[in-house]
Amino acid sequence: MVRPYPQRIRVSSKAAILQSIRANKPGPRALPQLPPDPLAGADGAPVQWELTFRETLAASKTTFLERERLADYVRNFDGTTIVSTIPGIAGNLDPSAIDDPLQLAGVDLAVLRAQFGVAENGAMWVSETEAVHRVLPFITQHLILVLDRTALVGTMHVAYRRIDIATTGFGVFIAGPSKTADIEQSLVIGAHGPRSLIVCLE
Amino acid sequence: MTHAERAADFLLDEPRTNWHDESLWHVRSKRDTSIQGIPEWESLRQLGSDIKDNVLSNLDTYLESFEAKATANGVIVHWARDAAEHNRIVHSILARHGVDRIVKSKSMLTEECHLNAYLEEQGIEVIDTDLGERIIQLRHEPPSHIVMPAIHLKKEEIGQLFHEQLGTDKGASDPQYLTEAARQHLREKFLAAKAGITGVNFAVAETGGIVVCTNEGNADMGVHLAPVQIHCMGIEKVIPRAEHLGVFTRLLARSATGQPVTIYTSHHHKPKPGGEMHVVIVDNGRTKQLGREDFRNSLKCIRCGACMNTCPIYRRSGGHSYDHTIPGPIGSILSPGIDLKKHGDLAFASTLCGSCSDVCPVKIDIHEQLYKWRQIVSEEGHLAPSKRVPLLGAGAVLSRGGLYNFMGKAARTALKLVPRGMVYNRFNPWGESRELPEVPAESFKEWYARTHNESA
Repeated sequence: MVRPYPQRIRVSSKAAILQSIRANKPGPRALPQLPPDPLAGADGAPVQWELTFRETLAASKTTFLERERLADYVRNFDGTTIVSTIPGIAGNLDPSAIDDPLQLAGVDLAVLRAQFGVAENGAMWVSETEAVHRVLPFITQHLILVLDRTALVGTMHVAYRRIDIATTGFGVFIAGPSKTADIEQSLVIGAHGPRSLIVCLE
Repeated sequence: MTHAERAADFLLDEPRTNWHDESLWHVRSKRDTSIQGIPEWESLRQLGSDIKDNVLSNLDTYLESFEAKATANGVIVHWARDAAEHNRIVHSILARHGVDRIVKSKSMLTEECHLNAYLEEQGIEVIDTDLGERIIQLRHEPPSHIVMPAIHLKKEEIGQLFHEQLGTDKGASDPQYLTEAARQHLREKFLAAKAGITGVNFAVAETGGIVVCTNEGNADMGVHLAPVQIHCMGIEKVIPRAEHLGVFTRLLARSATGQPVTIYTSHHHKPKPGGEMHVVIVDNGRTKQLGREDFRNSLKCIRCGACMNTCPIYRRSGGHSYDHTIPGPIGSILSPGIDLKKHGDLAFASTLCGSCSDVCPVKIDIHEQLYKWRQIVSEEGHLAPSKRVPLLGAGAVLSRGGLYNFMGKAARTALKLVPRGMVYNRFNPWGESRELPEVPAESFKEWYARTHNESA
């Protein structure tokens, strides 16, 4: 249906840019070795990581819910369209039955799994496998992420060693509900994405 | 108009200037608080700087690796030598799909290329979706800051704008209310868009993926809903490996706003099922800057804006006074390389205090480059007469010891005797808002000779 993009134009500009880089670039500079993770091997690290993880996320307006209260919370949720990929947590819209992401525009609550979390900044890794649709963690009005409390790491250095970002077509670190401070630096939660983020550690 | 003249206009409203100054200093303070939690911050900066040095010396091979990996992932990679070619490429992608409305998240590169104006001329509706960007788009203004595009505006002005353009209540200026109105307005645009465009924070040579950082989630709403996604990047955005994202994500948000990380750090490697993903790699003068030994470090910039927040000149002159896509100290070392005659005066929009270099997460020697640009501006004959003539005089006096002694004495005597109007007048712009110190009875040299002769 769509014709291929013309190769000729792309190649000539590419050649010109690469040639110009070669003519202008500085001499070789070695790539530095990344040092060991500063928090690796710290005494009692996993306990500390959960505390830091909770504190950091609380500072970015994220709340926590006990895992055993999750089913009740979702059952009593004030909203009509709920997507859940967590076994035992009932939703009423099956995301895998949807073709067009636009059909997710009405989702009020999404309950999804995060692969792991990062203590220093509260970021949680959600790939398109957990999200089912890439847009789901963004378009939903409210988001709940469930993750294993043993799946916490100290810093982003460890995080990037733990995952291979290229194994998924899309993956995102989420570190709070959507927010903006573009009007006079006043923090407002719920810019375009979720108006709230709840985290369940299990 | 020069930067100094535009800054003078900005300074006419003193309470507003103070408000602007304090808003930015507040962001700088948040950055300071945030980095105090990272004991290894300085070594992290050094790592960031060293990785970027390595990038500059291997830019060609990293870009080739990036393209090969991205292509293997099903991404279509384009190369643009300049802004015009970039704009044509983006338009050709949109035209091919018959797209007449797009949503765009923040991209300083597309600002630099004036993509919006180009696409609008071709009949395509372009909606900026970052709240700050949308505000200034509705006002037909350029951004005044690279991270906080509408930092120069008061909430009452935004309230009035939204009342006129989005139908919010007259007089309403509550940020929560205004943001909600923008959310509703932009959600319609997201759902209707046929293509989404974003900038690129990092492109990974090893994996062929690109990373986009936002707080609002607007970049993701745009590219995941629309069938066509386009990511526009300067050649300098490439980094060697995925593990280096650990360094840069730790540096970026803390330096920018004091957050430990942006709310969303999105990694795009393949088009969505049934979708198309494009990356446009743009030179537009960057390889020229790469060839300038004294100035190539400016290409290490990760666009955090920390140098703006800390700069005593930026805070008191506003982003628009720089008349360039990237304002502030980093803009002042990038822009003279693009047009020395037009932007050369920006090298002087600095006290050379060095605060910009101190906060830079990749240790760019910004204030030293500003000093070097001043010399080039002078050598190329672009100095304004108000600077050139006094500097010639000063050069003549300072290079001759006897003349210097005589002039010093003469000035000390004259300044006591002459009427005020002889010193503070239109030929002395320095004195418009400053007072000379009280004239001392003797020079330091005279004092030293007198006191030390006695003790000898």
